[in-house]
Amino acid sequence: MLEFLSYLISGISLGSVYAIIALGYTMVYGIAKMLNFAHGDVIMVGGYVSLLAMTSLGLPTWAAILLAMVVCTVLGVIIEGLAYKPLRSAPSLAVLITAIGVSYFLQNSALLIWGANPKVYSPIIEGTFKLFDGKLPISYISMLTVSVCIVIMIGLTIFTSKSKMGKAMRACSEDKAAAQLMGINVNKTISLTFAIGSALAAIAGVLLCSSYPTLMPTTGSMPGIKAFTAAVFGGIGSIPGAFLGGILLGIIESLAKAYISTQLANTVVFAVLIIVLLVRPAGLLGKYVPEKV
Amino acid sequence: MKRLLALMLVVVMCAAVMVSCGNKDDGNTLKIGGIGPITGSAAIYGQAVMNGCKIAVDEINANGGIGGMQIEFNFQDDANVAESSVNAYNKLMDWGMDILVGTVTTTPCISVSAKVYTDRVFALTPSASSTDVTKDKDNMFQLCFSDPNQGTGSATYIAANMADKKIAIIYRNDDAYSQGIRDTFAAEARAKNLNIVYEGTFTEDTATDFSVQLTAAKSANADLIFLPIYYQPASVILSQAKTMDYAPTFFGVDGMDGILTMENFDITLAEGVMVLTPFSSDAEDDLTKNFVKKYKELYGEVPNQFAADGYDCIYAVKAAYEKAGCTKDMTRTDLCEALVKAIKEISFDGLTGQDMTWSDKGEVNKMPIAVVIKNGDYISAEAAE
Repeated sequence: MLEFLSYLISGISLGSVYAIIALGYTMVYGIAKMLNFAHGDVIMVGGYVSLLAMTSLGLPTWAAILLAMVVCTVLGVIIEGLAYKPLRSAPSLAVLITAIGVSYFLQNSALLIWGANPKVYSPIIEGTFKLFDGKLPISYISMLTVSVCIVIMIGLTIFTSKSKMGKAMRACSEDKAAAQLMGINVNKTISLTFAIGSALAAIAGVLLCSSYPTLMPTTGSMPGIKAFTAAVFGGIGSIPGAFLGGILLGIIESLAKAYISTQLANTVVFAVLIIVLLVRPAGLLGKYVPEKV
Repeated sequence: MKRLLALMLVVVMCAAVMVSCGNKDDGNTLKIGGIGPITGSAAIYGQAVMNGCKIAVDEINANGGIGGMQIEFNFQDDANVAESSVNAYNKLMDWGMDILVGTVTTTPCISVSAKVYTDRVFALTPSASSTDVTKDKDNMFQLCFSDPNQGTGSATYIAANMADKKIAIIYRNDDAYSQGIRDTFAAEARAKNLNIVYEGTFTEDTATDFSVQLTAAKSANADLIFLPIYYQPASVILSQAKTMDYAPTFFGVDGMDGILTMENFDITLAEGVMVLTPFSSDAEDDLTKNFVKKYKELYGEVPNQFAADGYDCIYAVKAAYEKAGCTKDMTRTDLCEALVKAIKEISFDGLTGQDMTWSDKGEVNKMPIAVVIKNGDYISAEAAE
């Protein structure tokens, strides 16, 4: 029983990292209707910036996180302005390819700037919380990740449903042309979405690297793909869906590793994804929108 | 006009061909090439091999070179990627390489060894340990233990010294190196009646989270974890085991070497980790002492096994070259055939073993020793007890 709980906890900590990345994916997709494959790499940049701020500049943790957020926000807005904005009216496939290009660009720039040697990340909080006489350890960082994830999820939901800017975002997501006619600056709104998404990526970077403390230029790519899967699983575009999808994906992966086979874990994860999508094509919490003809 | 252009192109082509032929030798240098990861996740190995080779090359050149020729050494980066490794090999061939010392890591070496075989270049790898590297290639040799030797060597050592341990294995099943050692280890462990209680795998994509494998090993009461993997995932395993308060004996093979020089790595995590290796930097013989001193002076750290492998490779090539009585005017192919014959006849004393000999299969015979990490240094297991 204790073992099962401990597998479950590993799953939730892994899942919370997927969830926090998936939130960024799903928000950009929900509003700009594009898959930002460079999201995982912005996370990697966030990881490097915060690590350097802590080790080379000697900044305190909160300042390092803040700096990483600022750098990532600026980076996100620049990427959006240079790479995605000119393609606003281009077919979505062109934007998708551009996003993959940006992803490689970021990885290779990181390779040039920071080198390919893996760096060991210093976690922002260390230590474990122990239940049942130390038989069931839960690391503080996973607790923090889950709480941050929930806070961000609630924050984003309130922001998009209540604030004026958030409402403008939802309007853009439903119909860009109509939103423009209503006097919403579509370009500005989408840029803002990227700014928020990238700031979230910085937080995700710090938490990802604190949980799994090695940092390489390719650190962001695999969690990025898993998080994208989580976002689709939960229903892409849906903010609570990203959270649910991430946590479930982590738990399935961890239990499959423990009880089925470590070799088949990824196969099981994706098999579950296929089944879910067969039954609910829009994902667990996604809305099915019929194509207007 | 068209005809003139065509003629010009032909002239340019001929000139290019002649230049590339002319690259081979001005006669007074022996061109030894090296390939290995200077960047990427396995960078520590490539850098160590390169540094070790350079020390040997400088020593030999200062003492008059090989057969009256100075050695010219050119080391190319492959980032532990097979395609880049083949590109690096082609680049060295254009440069006019006579002998290859490489490649450092297994997967790229399997690709490069096929090219080496068809091009008839003599090659000695310092550290690519899979049998696939040397299989069916008469001109490809290994200076390190092959995977079967590492796997059986580890099992033999454990059976002789800690036979009552409950063993867990965590290995990477999408990597020829890791899978190869695990297979031979498991076979030998069964033959020696060792008790394997758990086996877990991971792949390149899942090399960040080992909490499930460690929990399973812990609940199976494993008190020795065999890690036939490279140091980077091993460092994650060590740190996650610590957060779980799980402290079995960790037992690694040559891929574990390099963990202590990882940037920002907390070396207390590696305290007590055992590594099966042919080289120990605290050995008392003059050769080792001299090498360790030079390496520290030049690169500011204690050399690991890979540096010693690189150093030995250059000297082994020298020994074979002198045994064969090679001369300056020999072509690359003649050199290759002569060295292939000679290396099987020599008995070589180096940093990584006494009386090393090579078999027809390209494998080396030497004795492994176990070392333990204490206070951030490797010391031999007997000394630690």
